[in-house]
Amino acid sequence: MTATNALSPRALRRARRRQSLSRSWAAYRSQKTGMWGLVLLGAIVVLAIATPVLIDASALSVTQATGGRMAPPSAEYPLGTDETGRSVLALTLWGSRLSLVIGLTATVVAIVIGTAVGVTSGHIGGWYGWIALRLSDWFMVLPSLVVAIALLAVLGRSMATTITVIALVSWPGTTRLVRAQTLTVQSRPYLERAKALGAGHWHQMTKHILPNVLPLVLASATLLVPSAILMESSLAWLGLGDPGVVSWGSILNRASENGAVSAHAWWYLLPPGLAILLVVLAFMLCGRALEAVFNPRLRGES
Amino acid sequence: MTDAPPPADGASTEAPSAGRAQSRRSPRDVNEHGERRVSSGFGRYLLKHAGGAAVSLLLVLFSSFFIFRLIAGDPIDQLTKERPVSPEQRAAMRAELGLDQPLWQQFWDYIAGTLTMDLGESFQYRRPIFDLIVERLPATLLLSGTGMVLAVVLGFWIGTRSGWKQGSRFDRGHVATGLVLYSAPTFWLGMIVILVFARYLGLFPVNGMRSPSTPPDFWSQAVDIGYHLVLPVLTYTAVVYAGYLMIMRSSILDEIGSDYLTTARAKGLRDDEVRQKHAVPNALLPTVTLVFLALGSVVNGSIVTETVFSWPGLGTLFVNSIFYPDRPVLQALFVLFSSSTILAVLCAEILYWFIDPRIRRS
Repeated sequence: MTATNALSPRALRRARRRQSLSRSWAAYRSQKTGMWGLVLLGAIVVLAIATPVLIDASALSVTQATGGRMAPPSAEYPLGTDETGRSVLALTLWGSRLSLVIGLTATVVAIVIGTAVGVTSGHIGGWYGWIALRLSDWFMVLPSLVVAIALLAVLGRSMATTITVIALVSWPGTTRLVRAQTLTVQSRPYLERAKALGAGHWHQMTKHILPNVLPLVLASATLLVPSAILMESSLAWLGLGDPGVVSWGSILNRASENGAVSAHAWWYLLPPGLAILLVVLAFMLCGRALEAVFNPRLRGES
Repeated sequence: MTDAPPPADGASTEAPSAGRAQSRRSPRDVNEHGERRVSSGFGRYLLKHAGGAAVSLLLVLFSSFFIFRLIAGDPIDQLTKERPVSPEQRAAMRAELGLDQPLWQQFWDYIAGTLTMDLGESFQYRRPIFDLIVERLPATLLLSGTGMVLAVVLGFWIGTRSGWKQGSRFDRGHVATGLVLYSAPTFWLGMIVILVFARYLGLFPVNGMRSPSTPPDFWSQAVDIGYHLVLPVLTYTAVVYAGYLMIMRSSILDEIGSDYLTTARAKGLRDDEVRQKHAVPNALLPTVTLVFLALGSVVNGSIVTETVFSWPGLGTLFVNSIFYPDRPVLQALFVLFSSSTILAVLCAEILYWFIDPRIRRS
């Protein structure tokens, strides 16, 4: 017996997934702004990955810098130099790697926590569900920047603490979304059928609830990345970033500490800031398009 | 964007236990005519949400003690950073700060102190923290209050028109502008604004809230502060207003297909009248609560803007205290900032009872 002819459950599932994926992709493609965001994002990611090939890491060294102090753009330094004579172009390109890595890692951590708490609290309910809901409500109400600053002030500054702190203030939104979606899925007949056939909690959560929740999670994750990147840049600009690495926020922190504004050094200020703006905008455009594809309530709206 | 108001979802605090409360309703709630007392419904609702807020506030106190006293380590080490101190001096300092007490006693003193507005003394200013906060609160309220009013008015005005003419050139232009400004980091926008309007054009002061040379009479001072206020408010509003624009826009879009609008048009009303008299009041319902929710950010939402412009408010105090490090000030402001949002959420919930009849019925 060949699996393809009889269509084993696994093959059937695969075929259905492929079908729904191509349907979603078609819906996404029809959104012009979403496609613009995707192209922009692709360009930025390629640039960030290719940076070590384009520019040697020694360009970041303060001692090996060759340019003048805050020199305006020239042929040798297309975007001018910083206060130690390093090329602002090199700094911005290298900074993209860190800003993206921190933004993406923090989002992944937040999404994993948020989804796990959301699905379990919606599915299991009871005391556990109540406490999880109240806790996420509480976290949600707290001003995230204030909490992040307070925690970084006592935990010390490193990449790991930055990621932890950003994840800690970003998970409750996902939890709420996932929990609400879990409760909707719970009440559908096919879950009742699964239960009647003897499916355990683990099976119900991983095979039935999670696949239904994931598309929405993907959309909300895409919208979480820009806020994580903005949060990281704000924290780094305030001087709470890892002192050993170059991110867009830390470049701007050095710029303002060294009087780039009063020196009218626009070439020092514009590139990192515009880079943040473009990345955040790209993620937001993609996220809004994904939301329109996956969130039935928004379908039909532009 | 970090200065933006807290996310909207906090608003949707549901009343899921209402049904259960109904079934438990005792005969006391029914008066001699057999009618249910209406007031007890609000009392119950208020009690439930006020109780929730009280628990949240206690959790804030608890976590601030945890963060600043337990994770942060010994404050004496930080206070005596570069100076050599004898063990006797250390012991004296510990006694002065109450660190020689057992932990539960410290926790109790801390809770009692905070509740009686005795927030301790700042390490860097050597003054009571309560006085510092009272002194700096007006500057913060002035900056973010003005900014928020402008952002709400601007966002609602543009959002209404954008949603009403969805897909028009006006709509596309304003949504694009809003999204771009929303994506800009606040501190960077502030730096660019200073560079352009204060450094290159010289139109406005670079930072601070008043110039020392201004005569002390009321009107000169007011004009001077207003002059200093322009750039910070511009920055704050530019980053925040897009949020209100998008909310109002989608709220109008939710209403736009409704039958009552068709009825209003069928009556022969002009398009402007249909929009202003029929669509807007209904679309405002979900958005007004969001404004109340964001009220908390009037106290804590301008940290970054204040820092860029060296505006002498609570946000600058908070940031300056990080690096001193002035832990009592950080702790007090952490509690103040967090409780302001919790209380704003409570206000929004109370308001919701009055403006949304559906909650009363459930």
